[in-house]
Amino acid sequence: MSTKRIVATAVVTAGVLALSACGNAGPGGAGSDEFTDGKLVLAVLNDQSGVYKDLSGPNSVKAVEMAVADFQERHGDDAVVEDVEVTFADHQNKPDVANTKAQELYDRESADIILDVPTSSAALAVATQAAEKEKLYFNIGAATTELTNAQCNKYTFHWAYDTYQLANATGTAVTEGGATDWQIIYPDYAFGQDMDKSFTAAIEAAGGTVGDHIATPFPNDNFSTFLTRAASAEPDVIGTMQAGGDLINLVKQYNEGGYVDQGIELAVGLMFITDIHSLGVEAFNGVNFAEAWYWNFDDENRAWADRFMEETGTRPSFAHAANYSAATQYLEAVQAEGTDDADTIVGHLEGKEIDDVFLKNGKIRAEDHRVIHDVYLARVKTADEVTEEWDYEEILATIPAEEAFKPVEDSTCSFG
Amino acid sequence: MNEILQYTLQGLAAGSFYALAALGLAIIFGVLGVVNFAHGACYMLGAVVAAVLQDLLGLNFWLALLVVPVVMFVFGVVIERLLVSRLIALDPLYNFLLTFGLTLLLVDLVKRQYGVSGLPYTRPDLLTGQITLGALRLPTYQVFVLAFSLLVCAAVWLLMTRTRIGMIVRASTEKSELTRALGVDVNRWVTPVFGFGIALAGLAGVLAAPFRAITADMGSSFIIILFAVVVIGGLGSIVGAVVAGFIVGLVEAFGQAYAPALSQIAIFVLMALVILVRPAGLFGREENA
Repeated sequence: MSTKRIVATAVVTAGVLALSACGNAGPGGAGSDEFTDGKLVLAVLNDQSGVYKDLSGPNSVKAVEMAVADFQERHGDDAVVEDVEVTFADHQNKPDVANTKAQELYDRESADIILDVPTSSAALAVATQAAEKEKLYFNIGAATTELTNAQCNKYTFHWAYDTYQLANATGTAVTEGGATDWQIIYPDYAFGQDMDKSFTAAIEAAGGTVGDHIATPFPNDNFSTFLTRAASAEPDVIGTMQAGGDLINLVKQYNEGGYVDQGIELAVGLMFITDIHSLGVEAFNGVNFAEAWYWNFDDENRAWADRFMEETGTRPSFAHAANYSAATQYLEAVQAEGTDDADTIVGHLEGKEIDDVFLKNGKIRAEDHRVIHDVYLARVKTADEVTEEWDYEEILATIPAEEAFKPVEDSTCSFG
Repeated sequence: MNEILQYTLQGLAAGSFYALAALGLAIIFGVLGVVNFAHGACYMLGAVVAAVLQDLLGLNFWLALLVVPVVMFVFGVVIERLLVSRLIALDPLYNFLLTFGLTLLLVDLVKRQYGVSGLPYTRPDLLTGQITLGALRLPTYQVFVLAFSLLVCAAVWLLMTRTRIGMIVRASTEKSELTRALGVDVNRWVTPVFGFGIALAGLAGVLAAPFRAITADMGSSFIIILFAVVVIGGLGSIVGAVVAGFIVGLVEAFGQAYAPALSQIAIFVLMALVILVRPAGLFGREENA
C-alpha cells in the first residue's frame, strides 16, 4: 500500500470519527451520552384487535401512558430524561408476527423495553429477540412458566402471573376445600396442555385425584357432550382450562346441564374480569378462581382504578394494572441509574423488593426473573351482592408471594 | 344408556342450529345460484342484534324470536338490492367473493363497536333448568331448541310444497327458464327469497344467544361446518339441508363423546364419503351438481 493511500485512509477515518462525535454531542445537546437517541422509548406489543383486545389491548397502552405521565409529574425537572415516548404494535397473537414486530420495535423504533405480549407462543418468540438484541422485555400478558424456566434469559422478566401460580391457587384451594375428585376439560394447544399438567400436579399434591383429562378442539362452541362425559364419572368438580369465548360457551352449557344441582362444582383455570363482565355474574354461580390483582381490593387499587376509568371508560383487568406497574418500575430504575443501558437496569432490578399499586410484597427474583407478589383466591359475587358495575369479585384469601409461585429452587432457569 | 340418550339430544340440539342456517343457505343457492359466504356472519348478527336489543330496549327472548328475523330480512333485502343483484349476471365466483368480503367487514364492525369479549344475554326463566325423565335429565333449553327448529323447518317445508309462493320458488329453482316462459316473473321473488334465507340465519343466531358465547367470531367456524352440511345434503336441496344438519350435529356429538380428537375431522370425512358415493349430495339432483 502506498504512503499516499495510507494517508488518505487515515484522513477519511479521522473525518468520519470527528463527524460521528459531532452527532453524539448533538446540536442543542438532546439528552446525555447515557441515553441512546437522547430519549426513552417504551413499546407495548400485544393483541390490538383479536380475542385478547379487551383484557390487554389498547388499554394496556393507556396504562403505560399513565405510568409515563405520573413519572414526569413526580420528577418534573429532575427527571434524568425528558423525552419519553410510548409506542405500540399489534402481534395478532401470532408468534411469527410477534417476532418481526419485536425486531422492528427494538431496531427501527429504538425501543428500550417491550411490555405486555399475551399469548405464550408469541411471548416466547419475543424473549428470543430480547436475548439477541440485549434489550429489556417485561412480559405481563402471557401465562407460560417457560419464560422463567428453560427459555429464560437475562433481559426477560415475567411480571404478573403464570400457569403454576393459577394451578397452585385454584387447584390447591378447591381440593383442600373438600372437592377432591376432579375431571379436567382443556383446550388442546400449548396453553391448555400446560394448564392441565400444572393443575394435575397441584391437585395431587393437595391430596386430590384427577379422573379424565378431556382434550377439546380449539376454538369450539359446543361443550355439552364433553360436560356430560365429565359428569358421568360423578366427580366433585369439573376444572375447565378454557379461555375467552370458549370459556363463556362452556359456562353457559354447564348451567344448562344443571350440574350444580347434582353437586358437581365448576372450577375455572384462568379468568379475567372482562370475562365476568361479558357473561354477567349470574352465569358463574359463585365460582372460585385465581386472581392476580383486583381493582376494588383496597383504597390504593380503587384510587388508581378510578383514574383508569377516567382515561378509558372501563375498569382495569389485572393485566392493565401490571402494565402500569412494570412501566413505572422500569422508569424508576432508569431514574435511579441515570441511564437506559439494559445491563445496568437489569443489575438494578435483580433482587429488588417492590410495593406498588400492583405488586404487594413484590420481589424481583434475581435467579430466574420471576416477579413474585401476593395473589388471591377470588369468588364471583352473586347478583344481589354486586353494588356497582364491575363490582364482581370477593377476595376469599390472600396467597403470600413466597407461596404463590414456583419455588426458585425448582426453576430450571440459568442465564449462562 | 342414559348417556347415549343425552348425547343424542345434544347432537340433535347442535344440529338444530345447522339445520336452520343450512336451510337458508340452500334456499338462497337454489333460487339465486349464490353461495352466500356471509351466512355465518348473519348468524352472528342475529345473536348480536338480539343481545343489543335486550340491552337497549329490554326486548325479551320470545319477542327477539319474532323481531330479529324481521330485522335480518330487511338487512338481507338491502344487501341483495345494493350489492348481490349487481353481480348476479356474472360468474358465481364474484358473489362468493363479495359475500366473503362482506363477512370480514361485518365481523370487524362488530368487533369495533362491541369489543371481543362477548355480550351478555339473559335467558328466559321458562327455559332454565332441566326436564327429568326417570334417571334422565335433559336441559330444557336444548329440548326447546330442537322442538322449535323442527317446527320452523316443517313450516318452511309446508310453505314450499303447499302454497303457490312455494311452487313458484321451487319452479324457479329447478327450471328457471321454463318458469319464465310460462309467464311467471321469477325476478320478483329473488329479493324476498334472499332476505328470507338471511332471516333464517338470524333466527339460528337468536336461538344461540342464551346458549353460546355472543362474539364477533362466533360465525367463523360455524360457516365452515355449514358448507359441509349443505354439501352432504345436496346443494340447493331443502330437505337435504335439514336432514344433513341433524346428521352432522349427531356426528359431532358422538365424535366428541367417544373420539374427541377426531370429532371435527369426522364431519369432513363424512362429507368426502358422500361426495364419493353421491357427488350431488344425499338429496341433490345429479343435473344440479
